[in-house]
Amino acid sequence: MSPITFFPRLAAVLALSLTPGLALAAGAIEGAVEKQPTNWTAIAMFGFFVVATLFITKWAAGRTKSAADFYTAGGGITGFQNGLAIAGDYMSAASFLGISAAVMLQGYDGLIYSIGFLVGWPILTFLMAERLRNLGKFTFADVAAFRFAQTPVRVFAAISTLVVVAFYLIAQMVGAGQLIKLLFGLEYLYAVIVVGILMMVYVLFGGMTATTWVQIIKACLLLGGASFMALMVMMQYGFSLESLFADSVKVKTDLALASGKTPEEAAATGIAIMGPGTFVKDPISAISFGMALMFGTAGLPHILMRFFTVPSAKEARKSVMWATVWIGYFYMLTFIIGFGAIVYVLTNPGLVSYDAKGVLTLVGGNNMAAIHLAQAVGGNIFLGFISAVAFATILAVVAGLTLSGASAVSHDLYSTVFKNGKADSASELRVSRITTICLGIVAVVLGLAFEKQNIAFMVSLAFAIAASANFPVLFMSLLWKGMTTRGAVVGGALGLISSVALTIISPSVWEATLGFEKGSAPFPYTSPALFSMVLGFAGIWLFSITDKSRRGDQDRAGYLAQEIRSETGIGAAEASAH
Amino acid sequence: MQDTILERIARSPAYNTLKRKRLRFGWLLTIAMLLVYYGFITVIAFRKDLLAVPIGEGVMTWGIPIGFGVILFTVVVTAIYVLRANSDYDELTAQVKREVLK
Repeated sequence: MSPITFFPRLAAVLALSLTPGLALAAGAIEGAVEKQPTNWTAIAMFGFFVVATLFITKWAAGRTKSAADFYTAGGGITGFQNGLAIAGDYMSAASFLGISAAVMLQGYDGLIYSIGFLVGWPILTFLMAERLRNLGKFTFADVAAFRFAQTPVRVFAAISTLVVVAFYLIAQMVGAGQLIKLLFGLEYLYAVIVVGILMMVYVLFGGMTATTWVQIIKACLLLGGASFMALMVMMQYGFSLESLFADSVKVKTDLALASGKTPEEAAATGIAIMGPGTFVKDPISAISFGMALMFGTAGLPHILMRFFTVPSAKEARKSVMWATVWIGYFYMLTFIIGFGAIVYVLTNPGLVSYDAKGVLTLVGGNNMAAIHLAQAVGGNIFLGFISAVAFATILAVVAGLTLSGASAVSHDLYSTVFKNGKADSASELRVSRITTICLGIVAVVLGLAFEKQNIAFMVSLAFAIAASANFPVLFMSLLWKGMTTRGAVVGGALGLISSVALTIISPSVWEATLGFEKGSAPFPYTSPALFSMVLGFAGIWLFSITDKSRRGDQDRAGYLAQEIRSETGIGAAEASAH
Repeated sequence: MQDTILERIARSPAYNTLKRKRLRFGWLLTIAMLLVYYGFITVIAFRKDLLAVPIGEGVMTWGIPIGFGVILFTVVVTAIYVLRANSDYDELTAQVKREVLK
């Protein structure tokens, strides 16, 4: 394969260049990148991780007997454990490598970007977490369809879940393939197959129990590794951010001087990393993108599912608190790691090269910022460790996604829609396992099919759909008495369709993926959420208030019982094993 | 669940206190979070030079403590909600159960 064609895409995947500003971070990477030499330390460490997690899976398999065990680990996860698992589900390789690379390249803009991923958690906590726990059993559709006609709402929720999972999964699979090439020096094909098989094994045999522990272990490794790197950087600067920043500004200024800028221009370029740069193109994109990240977090099916693994509303609250603590801490670390990369990596002539246009590129690509820094502060062993953790990270995320997709099919479609809720636990479990295998195969095929596509938009699309379809339906069903089945289905579908359609005609797909002329995209903004989310809410409202059907009356009358259960948990089915 | 129990819960003062408290406090903190985050984004969108103003003699700008502040704020409001809910709401819930489900 041509190294030139693959790299910008990798950069795009990992930097999650959802915005024009960060697309710059990705677009700046145009240097040729070859498969790296085979890194045996990293492979050995990753092998160790795999063996350990397979043992856990074996142990978990012994405890996975019923559908409840499979979907929610029998509800026996504590709030603290679940918080770590949520963090493990949420902190992807993309955030780790992409955000630290973005900070290295653009300084402050990387921080703005990461903050967007954090601010959805309080909203989820304040308005939804405990109500979700009190109402739900296995999937978010349990909650969304609580008082409505089961079939239409479940079908909508299952489709919406599968669409979100599919886009998220493709991004992860392609990222895994690219990453393994860079980090381990192995072929793309192997990576995708290895990820597909491992994720199937975890989910198939160990269900939610194994998935949870894979996520917990990965979260600990990632947080530990990132803490060590940040610590080493800060130690070098006597724990003074000021001196770290001052040195970084100097490095940036010197680089700009070396590239032929005048001293004034160079000084301006250097100090630019200390404030907002090109991240925000126009206010509408900024707000819209912010909304997708903020409310999308509260609508991601694999995240929502994690709330059913804890035994009570109290533990559900604790889960989000811990998740927020760890994720917030992690983003602070990536900021320091990014600056660490400026002073350690950009100053190492062996690691930096310039392409024909004079654009700076790291060896292996700019997303290697954190990886090169790992070597600088901790030597080859630590480099191997961080590489293995980055790959393990993808595994943990895909396992969670697969489980969520499988439960949408087996619990929402098979058990509730096709069997009218009368499926026994054993047959439901069988369907989820079959679905897991299918999803694993589909993920591998999609990972291979999209290898050469520009898929930078996919994660942002997943967030936009979650914010525009899942979130409004869930939120309104919890808090608005007047909502009816018709409103839920029409509003949810409007949010889903409009977010996908607007993304297709936005620059990131229209120009970057479909290859139309630059500036020709009919929808000029970065994210559709501002429009599609409003459409979703408006659809729910309009089609509910005009709903005069008998079903509509039944839906409204059901609110009291739902509200009492959502507030107190009285009557809640116990997902936990007694 | 029978309607009579539902009605009894709906009339229960503890239940209504719980509902009101949770809704009010939840929205209060939600609005605070929205103001902080979109305030931050709005400043970046319209007056990003404000965040690039140096704090002192060195290179440190106001943007750094403000950005870290948004992260800390997010964590702290979440913790405040959870700590209050865990002491207060669960007690009220237990009270509802005692009152109604004797």
